[in-house]
Amino acid sequence: MDIFIQQLINGLVVGSIYALIALGYTMVYGILQLINFAHGEIVMMGAMITISAISVLSATGVGLPGPVLVIGGLLIAIPITMLIGFVIERVAYRPLRKAPRLAPLITAIGISIVLQQIAVLIWKNNPRSFPDLLPHDPHNFFGAVITDLQIVIVVLAILIMAGLLLMVEKTKLGRAMRAVSMNQAVAGLMGVNINYVISMTFVIGSGLGAIAGVMVGANYGLAYPTMGFMIGLKAFTAAVLGGIGNLGGAVAGGILLGIIESVGAGYLGPLTGGVLGSHYQDIFAFMVLILVLVFRPSGLLGERVAERA
Amino acid sequence: MANQAKTELLLEITGIHKRFGGLHALNDVALSINKGEIYGLIGPNGAGKTTLFNVLTGLYQPDEGKFTFKGIDLFRQKPNVVVESGIARTFQNIRLFHNMTALENVMVGRHVRTKAGVIGAVFRNPGTKAEEAAIRARSLALLDYVGIRKHAEEHAKNLSYGDQRRLEIARALATDPQLLALDEPAAGMNGKETDDLKRLMEKIRADGVTILLIEHDVKLMMGLCDRIAVLDYGKKIAEGVPEVVKNDPRVIEAYLGATPD
Repeated sequence: MDIFIQQLINGLVVGSIYALIALGYTMVYGILQLINFAHGEIVMMGAMITISAISVLSATGVGLPGPVLVIGGLLIAIPITMLIGFVIERVAYRPLRKAPRLAPLITAIGISIVLQQIAVLIWKNNPRSFPDLLPHDPHNFFGAVITDLQIVIVVLAILIMAGLLLMVEKTKLGRAMRAVSMNQAVAGLMGVNINYVISMTFVIGSGLGAIAGVMVGANYGLAYPTMGFMIGLKAFTAAVLGGIGNLGGAVAGGILLGIIESVGAGYLGPLTGGVLGSHYQDIFAFMVLILVLVFRPSGLLGERVAERA
Repeated sequence: MANQAKTELLLEITGIHKRFGGLHALNDVALSINKGEIYGLIGPNGAGKTTLFNVLTGLYQPDEGKFTFKGIDLFRQKPNVVVESGIARTFQNIRLFHNMTALENVMVGRHVRTKAGVIGAVFRNPGTKAEEAAIRARSLALLDYVGIRKHAEEHAKNLSYGDQRRLEIARALATDPQLLALDEPAAGMNGKETDDLKRLMEKIRADGVTILLIEHDVKLMMGLCDRIAVLDYGKKIAEGVPEVVKNDPRVIEAYLGATPD
């Protein structure tokens, strides 16, 4: 029972990070019907830039406390990733907006490789340890352990997601985003500046990605230039699981995938008599992806895709 | 009224051509709409009415011709420029934002007349809040104006057909147009709904908005329009007050086929 609760907690932590990243995929998909495969690399960039920024900040010798350093690093990384997201859309996707959908998809994969290689050039292809600056005192939780850091990750992720959903539901920009996703031509006819809305979608999604990247780095204690591929694929799976294009679905899919993965990995060893260890946890994500695509391609909360006008 | 002594030209197009491959969808079309009138556009199916609408609202770029509105040149302008200069439209096949509430649909229509951007969305400064409140109030008033305020919080897709048409009109009015272009607003409506719609259009005109109307319901058109133009095979074959158009032999021929003399 303890193991179950422990894996549930771990799953919730990882799941809320997946959810933040999945939101980036699903927002772009909702508006452009484009799977932005470069989003995983945005997450990676967020983590790597934060690590570099922290080392610069701590080199000043002021002796700032750990959490302040991390927040400072993040505040430097967020605008940079936002700018990267903005430039990607402007340079790589916008010229292809009227092209067949395969073209921007392949371009997205290309951009993903480019960003990864830029990161390799800057940071070399080695894992960097994420500076141990955040408190992780353990707390007992029904016989399982949850650390300060894990609590912060979950709470922060929930706050950010709630803020985003509120923004989309209640503000003028959010309304414009929904209008563009439902009918781009008519939204334009109503005076919505479509290019602006699409740019903002990439900017916001990239900002969320940077925060998620730092969460991944802090949670696992390391980050590396090729980390974006796997984390991106997992978050994409989460978005598909929830119903791609649906914001609530991305949140639900992310958390659900995190829990399936953690609980599954926790029992994989005992159940297979030690043949498969918990390091096989990735297979759960892709089993989920395959099962969803076979049995419910529209996802848990996704609508039937039939009614596109 | 058409027989007013002083008429003021609002929209004028001359020599408009639009070709789709081998199809000459609009062939040398000219028309002028005066301020304050209800101007009807009729013609058999495929005559080019909706194509002309799309040209007048910037969705299609005409191949040749002239297009001025309030003296401003709108030839080959983008849709958002056309809307900003004061032409709004509805669609023959309803094109609402289905998963938004009726109120939100109208609020989107206010975009063209409002400013606040992403900074405001994030920080919720007083200016943004005031603007948002004004958008909301104006949109509710428009829902009231077209008679569907009680459905404000319902999703557009759940409204009845007639109410969806009214919602499209409210959304178009939210852009503060001087010319409202309605593409078959009575299509699929029953007799009572059509009568209500007619009264709504008369009210809109009385409030100073000029109306361009495509409609198949000839009885409605004859009773409502000040002037009517008839399109057939992409050409304007007649134009004038309803009584004259109705008895024009070319119009009768276009609708009923050639009659032997």
